[in-house]
Amino acid sequence: MKRVLFLAPIALFVVVLVVFFVGLRRDPSALPSALIDKPVPAFILPPLRPEDSRGFAATDLGGEPMLVNVYASWCGPCKLEHPMLMRLKREGVIIHGVDWKDTREAGYGFLAERGDPFVRVGSDQSGRTGIDLGVAGAPETFVIDKAGKVRYRHIGAISIEDWEQKIGPLLQRLRAES
Amino acid sequence: MSAEVGQFALILALLLALVQSTAPLWGAWRGDGTLMALGRAAARLQAGFVILAFGCLAYAFVTCDFSVALVANHAHTAQPTPYRFAATWGNHEGSLLLWVLILVIFGGAVATFGGALRETLQARVLGIQGIIGAAFLSFLLFTSNPFLRLSPAPLEGRELNPLLQDPGLVMHPPMLYLGYVGFSMAFCFAVAALIEGRVDAAWARWVRPWVLAAWVPLTLGITLGSAWAYYELGWGGWWFWDPVENASLMPWILGTALLHSALVLERRGALVSWTILLAILTFSLSLVGTFLVRSGILTSVHAFAVDPERGVYILAIIGATTGLSLALYAWRAQALRPGAFFTPVSREGGIILNNLFLSVLCAVVFWGTFQPVFIELMAGDKISVGPPFYARTFVPIAAPLLVLVVLGPMVNWKRDSLRQALRRVRVPLALAAVVLLVSLVLGGFKGVIAAGGLALAAWLVAGAGAILGRRWWAGRAYLGRAIRTTPRAIVGLTLAHAGLGLLVLGITAVTAWETDKVVSMRPGDTVAFAGRTLTLAALENVNGPNYEARRARFTVTGQGAPFTLSSERRFFPSAQTQTTEAGIHVRPLGNLYVSVGEESPAGVVVRLWDHPLIVWIWLGGFTMALGGAVSLSDRRLRLGAAVKAPALAQPMAAE
Repeated sequence: MKRVLFLAPIALFVVVLVVFFVGLRRDPSALPSALIDKPVPAFILPPLRPEDSRGFAATDLGGEPMLVNVYASWCGPCKLEHPMLMRLKREGVIIHGVDWKDTREAGYGFLAERGDPFVRVGSDQSGRTGIDLGVAGAPETFVIDKAGKVRYRHIGAISIEDWEQKIGPLLQRLRAES
Repeated sequence: MSAEVGQFALILALLLALVQSTAPLWGAWRGDGTLMALGRAAARLQAGFVILAFGCLAYAFVTCDFSVALVANHAHTAQPTPYRFAATWGNHEGSLLLWVLILVIFGGAVATFGGALRETLQARVLGIQGIIGAAFLSFLLFTSNPFLRLSPAPLEGRELNPLLQDPGLVMHPPMLYLGYVGFSMAFCFAVAALIEGRVDAAWARWVRPWVLAAWVPLTLGITLGSAWAYYELGWGGWWFWDPVENASLMPWILGTALLHSALVLERRGALVSWTILLAILTFSLSLVGTFLVRSGILTSVHAFAVDPERGVYILAIIGATTGLSLALYAWRAQALRPGAFFTPVSREGGIILNNLFLSVLCAVVFWGTFQPVFIELMAGDKISVGPPFYARTFVPIAAPLLVLVVLGPMVNWKRDSLRQALRRVRVPLALAAVVLLVSLVLGGFKGVIAAGGLALAAWLVAGAGAILGRRWWAGRAYLGRAIRTTPRAIVGLTLAHAGLGLLVLGITAVTAWETDKVVSMRPGDTVAFAGRTLTLAALENVNGPNYEARRARFTVTGQGAPFTLSSERRFFPSAQTQTTEAGIHVRPLGNLYVSVGEESPAGVVVRLWDHPLIVWIWLGGFTMALGGAVSLSDRRLRLGAAVKAPALAQPMAAE
């Protein structure tokens, strides 16, 4: 019995080490989404901005290639990502927003204070739509094509490299699709 | 030239580390004094070469030698000199070099001042230390060489991340590293003890100051980091449960447990194998702290060098050091007999409880931090934990621990009765009860948790004061002498525990009564907030040394004398980034925090926070660190001094 007690630390450690090692082999920001190449499940989110009469719904997707950004006011990386979204807005990219697991006041405060990059933005206070979309954490960004299907899922803040090497070129290609 | 000198110095240091990791261990095994002496010489020389290498890198940064790739990527001529110097460790390669620098200085210290230790123990400690040094030096040289040249050299460098250009951050990483690396000494001693198969008084006397010497800067570093996040990031918060923050919190929690269990080991010779396990785990968590920041296994605000290759290397280092030492532990720890007997109600028993709670807290933070990784592997699903997870788990476990903190020092060693112990804390208990009642009545019986937090803070501060009070009361006939002869370790204990109380006070007040407001203002507009009136006096452009800023100046009236407050958004052209410089009016009773946001025709967005008593969070942290430092200055803990005392030189809890 005592022997087992002294062996417990090393046994636990081996488990942790294996998990870390496998975890490290995966690129945390390149997880495929179960939704890739599928239409987005139907959802209707209430508006976040007090001036909006309606929020954001699955029917808003499609027509043009666009991004759907999941953010929250409590999320640190979202704050770092935010200037990037503002830059994309200036460049004419359509971005819709989902304020995830957040109160409306805080979510709106975030936009009011830092600037609002979104065309439409919905409040997913319960995180229910987040589950439908398979959101793992904030920030997360989905690339939607003209048909309204998810083509790419980016986990974590969009860096300049992510935009220049992955998301930007993908949007270009999607724009060229018929 | 300096880069080449630094490069060669690092290579020589690596070779010396290889000598240090073999010669003394072999020498201790064979009883060969020459080999053990060789180990000491290697440790001292290695320290010299790493200091030289670090000096070369710092010189390249300060003189803006852009032919060094690292300098070109992280320094800019417009940056003020202190920040150029700080940029030396404001990046992956440089921070690792700083890590190694501290490690080898500690190694040199053991080699030079460790004469009072048994020679084989000293040699084994140096040997283990050499292995860690060799691992990190090769990591530095093979995967992240700071001295790589860049040709052609650019005329201007890229700037250090503007968020990191701050006095708080100049000191933050070195403090954390002093802590992380300091725990490596406890680790080396633990592994050396396992190899030796014996733990004696000299061992315990040596380990405790090292743990304390690591704990103090770590406490200071975490507190500085929290204060920096508060005033620099412009998020109005002081702790975000971010993976990197957790990475420094975990070794801190376990290091605190180690600090207490090492005390039992030193005084009573008990908890031998547990202390050794804690020493191993604390250092492993320090390594995990480094690993987390460097690997990109978790996405975090702070992760500034995301690179799986480096992550695998660090993981290999963690796997090897922790794995081997835990295997050694499983094999040898049973040989270390438990020490003196004690009953459950005793100082020892209290410290065991303290250790249990702290270990569980550490496990909670560990789970919260790595849960996403585990769940992803088991269910193939990614989930995230935010602050709510910690509010549900961390707080309920921390609260009973905080209640126990006061009782611990009031209980005698070996055996005591609970009734007696409770009698000794009747004054703090009464005070806490009064605070609880008053805040319940004033709060209209609504803020039960807040009232509980305040009572807890009063209990901790009064309980800490009672330690000195009881002592001085007992010696009241010669009060002056009683005060003068109070050992510094006791003063340190009082300060540290009182600091914890101040921390609880700040956290409770901010969590319960923080208010905020977002408004859009034009120059001349006024807004009422938290009993004050703010007027946007001016909105102007200002130029800094390496940034342009849009500054909003406010005049504030109400609650005391009027004052002005300004907040600005800074744009750093060379780094192409924007930062927010919050305007903070700091008072002991509460801070007024103003941060400006986007500007539009409707005005500028202004976010206001009222943070009651928030400064006590950091004052509490600093008080705790001060307590540790005072305790460290106690004569009995001074390195070498105590072990030379003849009465303590006999083996204590060994075989």
